[in-house]
Amino acid sequence: MDIKNVKNEFPIFKQKINGKPLVYLDSANSSQKPNSVIKKISNFYETEYSNVGRSVHSLAVKATNRFEETRDKVKNFINAQHREEIIFTKGATDSINLIASSFGEKFINKGDEILTTELEHHSNYVPWNFLREKKGAIIKFAEVNKNGEVEIDEINKLITNKTKIIAITHLSNVTGAITPLKKVVDLAKSKNIPVLVDGTQGAPHLKVDMQELGCDFYAISCHKMYGPNGLGILYAKKKWLDVLPPYQGGGGMIDEVRKEVVTYAEGPTKFEAGTLQTAEVVSFSEAINFIEKLGIQNILAHENEIMEYGIEKLKKNNSVNIIGNPKNRGSVISFTIKGIHPHDIATILDDDGVAIRAGHHCCQILHDKLGISATARASLGVYNSKEDIDILCKAIDNCKKVFNI
Amino acid sequence: MELRELYQEIILDHGKNPRNKGRCKEFNYDAKGHNPLCGDKVHIFLKLNSEQQVENLSFEGEGCAISLASASILTDIIKGKELNLAKKITENFLDMVKNEVKISINSLSDDQKTTIMSLSGVKQFPMRVKCATMAWHTFTSALNEKK
Repeated sequence: MDIKNVKNEFPIFKQKINGKPLVYLDSANSSQKPNSVIKKISNFYETEYSNVGRSVHSLAVKATNRFEETRDKVKNFINAQHREEIIFTKGATDSINLIASSFGEKFINKGDEILTTELEHHSNYVPWNFLREKKGAIIKFAEVNKNGEVEIDEINKLITNKTKIIAITHLSNVTGAITPLKKVVDLAKSKNIPVLVDGTQGAPHLKVDMQELGCDFYAISCHKMYGPNGLGILYAKKKWLDVLPPYQGGGGMIDEVRKEVVTYAEGPTKFEAGTLQTAEVVSFSEAINFIEKLGIQNILAHENEIMEYGIEKLKKNNSVNIIGNPKNRGSVISFTIKGIHPHDIATILDDDGVAIRAGHHCCQILHDKLGISATARASLGVYNSKEDIDILCKAIDNCKKVFNI
Repeated sequence: MELRELYQEIILDHGKNPRNKGRCKEFNYDAKGHNPLCGDKVHIFLKLNSEQQVENLSFEGEGCAISLASASILTDIIKGKELNLAKKITENFLDMVKNEVKISINSLSDDQKTTIMSLSGVKQFPMRVKCATMAWHTFTSALNEKK
């Protein structure tokens, strides 16, 4: 599969948006789906569907096998040591909530500190806020520098003997900054502090290797990885599986249920209450196949090339202000245009078939820090090309025309 | 062209040079509104006098051209109106943005009607309707929130 022609694998691009070809620059929000993933969902429902892990009939065996094959696939994809370390959730948000709830219940008490950063998405702040409200925990924010990145020193200086966990993003969905994760994990390990990584933006674009990284928890959003909606992954290092209490109660996650007492299954089943998103899990295998066929390094190189082209080109436009200038940037370009609010930019760009996101991107803390209420954001996926950037730039010129700038 | 219907000159003008910005003197009612999805904010201040007239009306806020223009137009039109008329205009406006309804209040001048109706273009942009209605909903809340 050639990355330059990969757009053909995505049926959504066959249609016109407002009479124009679709230029999709909103992959940090959600990625489009390739044929193979879409077909797998319908194929699974047509030929193999049944509930998993419960019944013994033939379809149940088939479905269970497909389902568990995905667990193995994810394990290999992120180079986890054990298949049990892969927990299916309803999204990266759910993955982080699981740890905040379960880890927090057991290990975080009044006055204990949770160390996070100003870069975080609300989903890696608000779950920890529950612990502040319920238990009187303290949340500390490592500051971003003027380039929109978090440096290791900022983390280091906030660590105290009360720090119970570090929760940090892999890649900022606003400034695109790639955080110094390896350094953070090494530092945390030396002080015996577990690290949760919000890998929502990292996993679709960067090589993710749990052995190399060594973090305790890594949250993944499948719909941003060309996979189905409503599915997430939580990687949890094996040593935590027995230690952490279950998150939600229900079918499937139990060992024995009596009127007096309930005992729970072992991980990962312990954390997977109820019927999971069967077709979504099964089809996520195809999303990983898709990424592996292209090669994550090739995806990274392709997206980097377009991103750098985009930044250069946008910089030439005097009205455009690019947010952040991180040394290591993922394929996210947030910007403002003098005199035009980001929502207006997004509406006008849409008229030219260009899909971007406008707003605070669920990062109000960061926007407050930057002193702006909203930004426009163009984010890349495998299907983008330099031509998309050219169309974006023309559409920005149209914006300026509408606003007489 | 739909986009030009949304970004008419009247709206661009009100968006760039909003009328009645700031806290008006002696306001006795106020309310804040915001859109948590996008971060737009508005704070409406008004002075309702003993004759039940909206003697003064102003706003603070930040947001897109549509939300600023809408707040500006609201204050421009409603300021000086009797409370009952102000409520009727608000009702008529909200109806206009959601349905195929024109501004039909007789006591408004043609110019004023045109100004309000310049916001009717948002109907074509469902994701932006809230931008246009936020100030008007907040005005309604303000009437219930005596300082």
